[in-house]
Amino acid sequence: MFIRHIRRFSGIVSRLILGLGLWLSAPAVFAEYALNFQKPVTPVAHRILELHNMILLICVIIFVLVFSVMFYSIFAHRKSRGYKPAKFHDNATLEVVWTVIPFLILVSMAIPSTATLLEMDDTSKSDLTVKITGYQWKWKYDYPDQDVSFFSTLATPRDQIENKAAKGQHYLLEVDNPIVVPVGKKVRFLITANDVIHSWWVPQLGIKKDAIPGFINEFWTRADEVGSFRGQCAELCGKDHGFMPIVVSAVSPEDFTKWVAMQKDKAAAESASGAKTWSKDELIEKGKKAYATTCAACHGAEGKGIPGVFPALEGSKIATGPVDEHIKTVLHGRATGKFGAQMPAFAAQLSDADVAAIVTFERNALGNKAGDVVQPSQVKALRK
Amino acid sequence: MSVDHHAEHPTGISRWLFTTNHKDIGTLYLVFSFIMAIVGGIMSLVIRSELWQPGLQLVEPNFFNQMTTVHALVMIFGFAMPAFVGLANWMIPMMIGAPDMALPRMNNWSFWILPFAATLLIMSLFMPGGGPSGGWTIYPPLSVQGGIGVDFTLLAIHMLGISSILGSINIIATVLNMRAPGMTLMKMPMFAWTWLITAFLLIAAMPVLAGAVTMLITDRHFGTHFFDAAGGGDPVLFQHVFWFFGHPEVYILVLPAFGVFSQIIPTFSRKPLFGYASMVYATASIAFLSFIVWAHHMYTVGMPMAGELFFMYSTMLIAVPTGVKIFNWVSTMWRGSMTFETPMLWALGGVFTFAVGGFSGLMLAITPADFQYQDTYFVVAHFHYVIFGATIYGLFAAIYYWLPKWTGHLYNETLGKWHFWLTTIGINLTFFPQHFLGLAGMPRRIPDYALQFTEFNQWSTVGAFFTIASQLIFFFIAIRAMKGGAKATDQVWEGADGLEWTLSSPPPYHSFAVAPKVK
Repeated sequence: MFIRHIRRFSGIVSRLILGLGLWLSAPAVFAEYALNFQKPVTPVAHRILELHNMILLICVIIFVLVFSVMFYSIFAHRKSRGYKPAKFHDNATLEVVWTVIPFLILVSMAIPSTATLLEMDDTSKSDLTVKITGYQWKWKYDYPDQDVSFFSTLATPRDQIENKAAKGQHYLLEVDNPIVVPVGKKVRFLITANDVIHSWWVPQLGIKKDAIPGFINEFWTRADEVGSFRGQCAELCGKDHGFMPIVVSAVSPEDFTKWVAMQKDKAAAESASGAKTWSKDELIEKGKKAYATTCAACHGAEGKGIPGVFPALEGSKIATGPVDEHIKTVLHGRATGKFGAQMPAFAAQLSDADVAAIVTFERNALGNKAGDVVQPSQVKALRK
Repeated sequence: MSVDHHAEHPTGISRWLFTTNHKDIGTLYLVFSFIMAIVGGIMSLVIRSELWQPGLQLVEPNFFNQMTTVHALVMIFGFAMPAFVGLANWMIPMMIGAPDMALPRMNNWSFWILPFAATLLIMSLFMPGGGPSGGWTIYPPLSVQGGIGVDFTLLAIHMLGISSILGSINIIATVLNMRAPGMTLMKMPMFAWTWLITAFLLIAAMPVLAGAVTMLITDRHFGTHFFDAAGGGDPVLFQHVFWFFGHPEVYILVLPAFGVFSQIIPTFSRKPLFGYASMVYATASIAFLSFIVWAHHMYTVGMPMAGELFFMYSTMLIAVPTGVKIFNWVSTMWRGSMTFETPMLWALGGVFTFAVGGFSGLMLAITPADFQYQDTYFVVAHFHYVIFGATIYGLFAAIYYWLPKWTGHLYNETLGKWHFWLTTIGINLTFFPQHFLGLAGMPRRIPDYALQFTEFNQWSTVGAFFTIASQLIFFFIAIRAMKGGAKATDQVWEGADGLEWTLSSPPPYHSFAVAPKVK
């Protein structure tokens, strides 16, 4: 009787082992699954991975030990095997032992953790400072010493998100302007936010820090290899929280210098664009792009908004009314009280040419036919 | 005492509306909580369906965020907490030898606040602009942005808090004043102990949440700037206040379940609970520690080093009393004479599942590592293991354990075991892969994700549907046992010990009209 049970049991076990073997020996399938952290590329990220692996291992060992005892007991001390219950129900020595031993294990975990934490906290002696500002739903990067400043927004086309086009390799993890840092240099970051709390997270750098409006947090990193490292906002920040990725491009110090020079040329060209007079078609074309990165997140790609949350622009009083009011709304924001969120001020984010283009686009597209054209000079006059 | 005087009670709807009977109110709480579980469960299926594949398929991001927010609020405040208050109502008077709860009219009120609060919460989804979408943690400034749905939610949280506080006062008054002669505190059943401690946690924590919610309401409508830096406030202040409530809240959800495990494991091991006194002290230590660890939810907000270290060490310490509880349960089983009826399966499965969540909790306590885990699916996996392992396994263990006592009928043991095994497979399929998703870099609360996260998300979605479908078995079992079935004896379980088993099955309307004597 008992032998028969054993035989049946071993049959089940051997089939399980066979199944498990097949599963493990199919690397083509298995390779799809990432089971642990992404490859670390900074000293701190390495330390965190080591710490994580060590603590995971300790946890797994304790788990296996404790539950082996439980499962042995479940197997051996069962009534169906005629086991008679013992009477004991207390043992002070045992209680002390299993209070003290876990405590000592915890101390052994706390020591390396404290060391790593202190290392992460030391932002002194940095080679470069970058200021990060979180916006709903994009990031702004300022290099105060290099006098470079730009926004970084999601580059994945809307069609891919809406399943109308095949998704690219870096779906949702690609931006128009990545943040660029020189390899091997200690970069100190200052981080804050413009509206709500965001969190800047790049797993391969071993960094996550909250961006809090009105407060500045500090952290540092040092990428040890060239490459693009991708991350995302980690703190729920509203509708498009899942759509504000981060791409850090680590380049050689020479390439970094070239990149800074290029950024300055771009900025000069942008400010020159404010002086010239634009044709309507030029404005609408530029406006269409700027609308997609700056306005569409709330007002929708078609200008229809979200009822009760974000106003529609199609046929709206602002977009069809006096043009100066429209420009002022974009520049200085507006609180109507009708909607939960208020229109933020874009004066600091957009150039005169951008605002002129966006306003022209909004008045001549999205179902509106005001017909007028706004020039950058008109925007400049309304800035103050 | 004349039994006849109390024997009259109304029938039909007024029995439930005006009842002051602890069993009726317990039943109301349990029925309400399962209705809420269905609502919250449907929301989780909306979430999991959207996450079946990358891209936006079913819902808009704004609605997705409302689903994650309301799913959490409904499950915590509408399902988990009321379910255990329902168990306390049913069982505490019967376990300590009392005729009823100490404050029966307040008992009625504390229940009847709930359906109205829940209605407000659900209604918020149909307001212009929709329901709350800033997460159940309602962090400002994001929560200041929402529409009137947020106000509905904040008011609902206030009402749910009042209900919890009233319920807790009642439990404390009952346990401290109405124990049978001879039942000293250190002879009390563990379920009464864990609930007594939980009730104190609730009384300490819920008013703090009420304070945070009130400040949020005045920030939204009356021009204050508690959480607005532009007006001299601090958004992080809200997080400190919220988590001062929020961390004890976790133990509010799990401690009563620990009490259930401590009742069931000795019964089916046919051996008394090992280390009763140390179990009481461990529970009290966990409760105390739960008030000094709150900022481990906020390692990334930029605290000073001293703060990061303090909260790391204090959080790690919780592992010690939690370990003591698990060691004591295993020692209770050691050299017992075990059988594995459905309640025992749920209790053991609960200890096992909770332990997985406990260990990932220890990992999350380690500040430097937490910088990688914070706000990822690793955290989602962690707290679902904790809540499923303790709260939900504990609830099912308790229901299967006491259902024959409540109804007087035995339920179908085979189906009960099927329910256990299918649920266990389902939740592990749902939540275990989420550990890997988090480690590989998937943030939580996103409606769409990068391609490398697809496979594990699909496992998780399959698991969620599997888990929820398995619960149909439970409703079938419970309703059938209520309607009829084999008669249960008063003792029900061979190894059961305690005053509730001295009453008839089903028990009389007023539990102990004459106080029993406890040796």
